[in-house]
Amino acid sequence: MAVSLETKAVSKFYKSEGGITRAVDGVSIAVQPGELVALVGPSGSGKTSLLAIIAALLAPSEGAVLIDGADLAKMREAERARFRREKIGFTFQANNLVPYLTARENVELMLRLNGKYDRAGRERARELLARLGLGERLNNLPRQLSGGQQQRVAIARALIHSPSVVLADEPTASLDTERAHQVIETFSNLIHEQKRAGIMVTHDLRMCRYADRIIQMRDGKVQNIIGDKREILAFAGSTT
Amino acid sequence: MNEIRRLRAVQDAGQVSFTSVVLLYGDGKKLNVALIGVEPGKPGEPPALIGRGLEDKNAKEAIIDRNVAVRTGLKVGDDLVVKSIQGTEEQFYTLKVLGISDGRQFSLQPSVFVPHQTFDRVKPQATVGGVQGDLVSNLIIVQLRDQVNLAEMARVLENEVGDIQAVDRQAAYENTPGYSAQQSTLNTQRFFSLLIGILVIGGFFQIQTLQKVPQIGMLKAIGAPNGVIAVAAVTQIFAITLLGVALGTAVTLLLALTFPATVPIAFSANAIVLGIGSLMTIGPLGGLVSVRYALRVEPLLALGLTG
Repeated sequence: MAVSLETKAVSKFYKSEGGITRAVDGVSIAVQPGELVALVGPSGSGKTSLLAIIAALLAPSEGAVLIDGADLAKMREAERARFRREKIGFTFQANNLVPYLTARENVELMLRLNGKYDRAGRERARELLARLGLGERLNNLPRQLSGGQQQRVAIARALIHSPSVVLADEPTASLDTERAHQVIETFSNLIHEQKRAGIMVTHDLRMCRYADRIIQMRDGKVQNIIGDKREILAFAGSTT
Repeated sequence: MNEIRRLRAVQDAGQVSFTSVVLLYGDGKKLNVALIGVEPGKPGEPPALIGRGLEDKNAKEAIIDRNVAVRTGLKVGDDLVVKSIQGTEEQFYTLKVLGISDGRQFSLQPSVFVPHQTFDRVKPQATVGGVQGDLVSNLIIVQLRDQVNLAEMARVLENEVGDIQAVDRQAAYENTPGYSAQQSTLNTQRFFSLLIGILVIGGFFQIQTLQKVPQIGMLKAIGAPNGVIAVAAVTQIFAITLLGVALGTAVTLLLALTFPATVPIAFSANAIVLGIGSLMTIGPLGGLVSVRYALRVEPLLALGLTG
């Protein structure tokens, strides 16, 4: 199957007083369309730096990042910005939404940025929000939505422009357990249905049950990869 | 005067003189006023909005300006008394109010206009009642016929009439005693108002931008181009400035309605348009620093993706 995302020996070094810090050290991974990968590890293991490199927000010191075959390292800043809005979808831990735009307008923002703000696009945004259980909340401002609803709006925004890669940074950090499961299950289902390559950074190992693969990182390196569903469920534990 | 009036391009001319006297009214109340001598029916005499104008060049009559009328309560037909120091004595002259003009101040004092020969008798001087002879004036107001080149006419006047300096109306105002000092004070106030305005508005938008750093970081992370962010910032700055200026203008004009008629301030359409235009310019100018700051927001730092 074709690969949507591939990193080839990606490294990120920082010079510090104590020498060189290797935030990411020779990481090579590949994610296929319709696959959700959970990136886990202790704080400082390099997972957020790797996510930032894949998101074209941080240039790697070494290696290459290919999304749909295009090498991000060879792009200039303006090209990377265009690539991000066309090929990548994001949800963040917080500050996901523009507070003075409604749920629908926040999702449509990606259509506007990509020049796809037409009737079909607006209808797709409405359907996607309805699919995420927000059909009655289209015209609500973020402050009128719960944390889980806000995350679902962010998921809709991350998917509305049909990106190749969808990245989620700690998407359940501010949610209670029940909401967290609902959000990630929906996120996982949409990744599979829409054939996107998804990467989710999380500290909450229980959320890994919705992933197709778990990549454990430590000291900037890939320590372990879990691909077997039973092992994934065991890793995620039985708590729901 | 005759030499001036004989010139073909001159339609009319009138002598004007100024001094300060004390106007007595009510039960011993005093008001410092500018006593202005004018020639009845000649340039320099203000139109009487109430009552009638001066007619007799020797009469003990006066036109008071609106400020005098408001402050003293004098009406057309009333007598007013002015006190003037002549020699070593205080002299008192009674004048009948013939008319009331609009607000006309000289050296920030309300004005009483009298015929020039009456002025010569009433003004403070070394001899009581003055001496008869040629009238001496501070300036001559010359009314020109249409289609006359002012600069050329000034040269003709200076050549034909000895010991005069011919200037246009603007120069005459600017050479009024105290005018330059007053204007320099006002201009200093204007300059600092502008400077403070830029600093306040700039600071306001800077704080607004700082509060929106996470949002701006998010927008940049999802690929919003700098142009979109700059346009959004400038649009918001312009809209907020427009709202602020509209509210400020409305409040200022409402406040102006409460000013006493004697306060020497007037809001002309030109002044209002200029003020609004200036504020609408300095608002976005002051906000440019915050736009520059917004464009330099680093999405990784703004979103905390540095762990």
